[in-house]
Amino acid sequence: MTALLDVRGLSAGYGDFQALFEVYMAVEEGETLAIIGANGAGKTTLLRTLAGLVPASSGTVRFAGADLLAVPAWKRVGHGISLVPEGRMLFPSLDVRENLLIGAHARRGGRWNLDRVIEVFPLLAPLLGRPSEVLSGGEKQAVAIGRALMANPRLMLLDEVSLGLAPLVVKQLYAALPEVVEAGTTVLVVEQDIGQAAAAADRLVCLLEGRVVLEGDPDCLTRGDIVAAYFGMKAET
Amino acid sequence: MSVRRTGQPAAPGATAYRISRSTAESKAGLAGSALLVIVLFTLPWWDSDGSLQTPLVVVLYYLGLAQMWNLLAGFAGMISIGQQMFVGAGTYALLQFAEAWGLDPWLSVPAAGLVAAALSAPVALFAFRLSGGYFAIGTWVAAEAVRLLVTESNDLRGGDVRSLTRESLGDYSLETRANVTYWLALALAVGGTAIVVVVLRSRVGLALRSVRDSEDGARSLGIDVIRTKALVWVVAAFWTGCAGAVILLSAPSTTAASAFSVSRWMALVIFIVVIGGVGSTTGPVLGVLVFWFIDEQLSDAEAWRFIVLGGIAAVMAIVAPRGLYGLIQRWRPLQFFPVRRRLIGPGADSS
Amino acid sequence: MIWANAVVQGLLLGGLLALFATGLSLAFGVMRFVNLAHGDLAVLAAFLAVSVTGGLGVNPFWSLLVVVPAMAAVGYLLQRYAFNRTMGPDPLPSILVTFGLSVVIQNALLEGYSADSQGLDAGPIETASVELPGGIAVGWFPLLMAAVAAVVLVGLQLFLSRTRMGRAFRATSDDPSTARLMGIDDRRVYAAVMAVAFATVAMAGLFLGMRQTFGPSDGPAQLIFAFEAVVIGGIGSLWGTLLGGVVLGVSQTVGNQIDVEFNFLSGPLFGHLIFLAALAFRPTGLLGAGRRA
Repeated sequence: MTALLDVRGLSAGYGDFQALFEVYMAVEEGETLAIIGANGAGKTTLLRTLAGLVPASSGTVRFAGADLLAVPAWKRVGHGISLVPEGRMLFPSLDVRENLLIGAHARRGGRWNLDRVIEVFPLLAPLLGRPSEVLSGGEKQAVAIGRALMANPRLMLLDEVSLGLAPLVVKQLYAALPEVVEAGTTVLVVEQDIGQAAAAADRLVCLLEGRVVLEGDPDCLTRGDIVAAYFGMKAET
Repeated sequence: MSVRRTGQPAAPGATAYRISRSTAESKAGLAGSALLVIVLFTLPWWDSDGSLQTPLVVVLYYLGLAQMWNLLAGFAGMISIGQQMFVGAGTYALLQFAEAWGLDPWLSVPAAGLVAAALSAPVALFAFRLSGGYFAIGTWVAAEAVRLLVTESNDLRGGDVRSLTRESLGDYSLETRANVTYWLALALAVGGTAIVVVVLRSRVGLALRSVRDSEDGARSLGIDVIRTKALVWVVAAFWTGCAGAVILLSAPSTTAASAFSVSRWMALVIFIVVIGGVGSTTGPVLGVLVFWFIDEQLSDAEAWRFIVLGGIAAVMAIVAPRGLYGLIQRWRPLQFFPVRRRLIGPGADSS
Repeated sequence: MIWANAVVQGLLLGGLLALFATGLSLAFGVMRFVNLAHGDLAVLAAFLAVSVTGGLGVNPFWSLLVVVPAMAAVGYLLQRYAFNRTMGPDPLPSILVTFGLSVVIQNALLEGYSADSQGLDAGPIETASVELPGGIAVGWFPLLMAAVAAVVLVGLQLFLSRTRMGRAFRATSDDPSTARLMGIDDRRVYAAVMAVAFATVAMAGLFLGMRQTFGPSDGPAQLIFAFEAVVIGGIGSLWGTLLGGVVLGVSQTVGNQIDVEFNFLSGPLFGHLIFLAALAFRPTGLLGAGRRA
């Protein structure tokens, strides 16, 4: 079986600053993969490169067999890749309903629509007419995830879901993930909270200074392995 | 952190890094420029028929105007399209001083510059509320308003054709007038270039660069952004006003429409700077040479002159944003006017 | 009564000024782009209408059908293949390109049509008028222009707030890179915005040509009026632009009346002074959302 997403030797960065160094990674259809790593490890850059917002300097990325790097950023959502960006990035001129609807601007066919998003995130129902600026952090994150789902992605990239949110809110948001996966979407989530990541994901990838240093099933990896990779120490033997 | 200037010996034991602005090219460039200025200065004695002197007056005052606009737009991020207001102010100040009040015409030139500088202060009060493209149009509106005021004024009679009469030139002969006007134009060009170099080498120059790169960043470093911009704005207005006075000295007559003409004193100046290279001191010199060449080719076709220069400038703004100077730099990095600091490490060729 | 008449005429003139300003306001609102050739495009459209009208022997109103779409196409292509390459945090390249374009258009018109003033003869509607109570005569033509301006502005506002495309425009204006994540090509949005801007300014240019005579070098004055309307009304608000156009229109007609009565000031100069006062006392404009120019 070929992977849905196949990343080979990917390097990328901002101007003279290189953030990713020859990253190799594969994501199988239907799995939930978590990318962990410290601040500055290159997690966000990896997602932004996959979404097309950061240009790759070398390497190849194949998505469902097609050369992804040749596709301009704005066409990638049509190919089935949606990014929930760090900081939510809702559109302040649009109200909540419009923020969700614009997610479907270039939608593929599929199960997700406004009603279904509200079923998964019932907290949004009374907020639809509100300006997006007045929402709380958790509400904003729910809109951002809903907005991405509206495009019916095959692969959803979730960046720093829990950043700045209360634990209870994070738990609510993660509770929606199984439904997303069940609807046929593969999920790639960037998370700083190792416990949360290990609980939600089928597989973990740890980045350190722009390189993949650890990969595996969270149930098979020891906490020591993960912590060591996270901080770049030698694992205790 | 202290910055050591070139020429001072490195302290014993210190790493032999030093900051230098000079390069071999810049020294050669400076020597060449000095020689050129001397040759140009003596021109009235050897160019007896004035075949060079007449066009050079125009080329030289355009270079002075171009350096000032480049200082504003290229270095200080103030993209003005209203500099014709200061040209016109200088022109009408000279008319008032020399013609109406009978002052010495040569001494009236710097006085005309002061009038323009005084005018620039209230204009800044309004224009500095705008930024980017709206600053550009805002200065343009201010220039239009001043032109209309001068046109309507009963004292300045901007609607009529006016000229400096023989009487107001006093005892000076026509030949003296021509020669002194030429030297003044030369002073505008050389002085304009020198002003830019001096400003860029000063603390203000460093402040300007940081303001241009990031206004908020500069502010957080404790740079008074408004004051820095205002200083450059007033200096440019003063010099542009002096140019306006010299333009009148070299022309038989004027009206408010021509003294405040956006196409003559703004469009051509912008095209010179853009074609030569925005944001470099050498750029306007290259640009004015291109202007001179095209002007000679199309001297009978006023409209075509604007179409060609405007077309080249618009295309260059897209494909070569640093102008001819930038293209030359890409081919071989040279710097004739030493304004940039370079770090010279140990073992590096320090010539 | 003279003054009441001046105000009524100013209100109607304000519609035309708002139509001039619409494209400038929209382009700045969506993409922070200032087109210095804006006024020259209006004049160019008027000259094109002279050729179309003369060539086909039709009423200038019909030339709208040719000139407006043609200008919209030119706007789309210019943005797509030239202006987009100048967009960025530094405003200098876009100012230089559009200023160069402005000078080229003026002088090309001078070469192509000579410096003579031209006019578009729209027929009897130009002079027909209706009398309001109080003896104020209102021309049908200024009334028509004001109505068209209002329809265009309201239509644009509805388009932006109600349609899928308008939503994409607003999202791009907020944050072009996140808009890309939604499958919106910001470069095409910019091209579409410029097409709309060119279409509206072409319409304004044609009305200008039917209202008064015009010459190749009239563009900058129109740019300045449009800019004044945008700033008075408040940057980034189309309703503000309509209001700004009306304030400027009244200022100009009242200024002209002052000139007639007291031989002092003039229409445009009074307009400039009102603009400067607005800038001094209300820099965010009448309806500006707190954003400065």
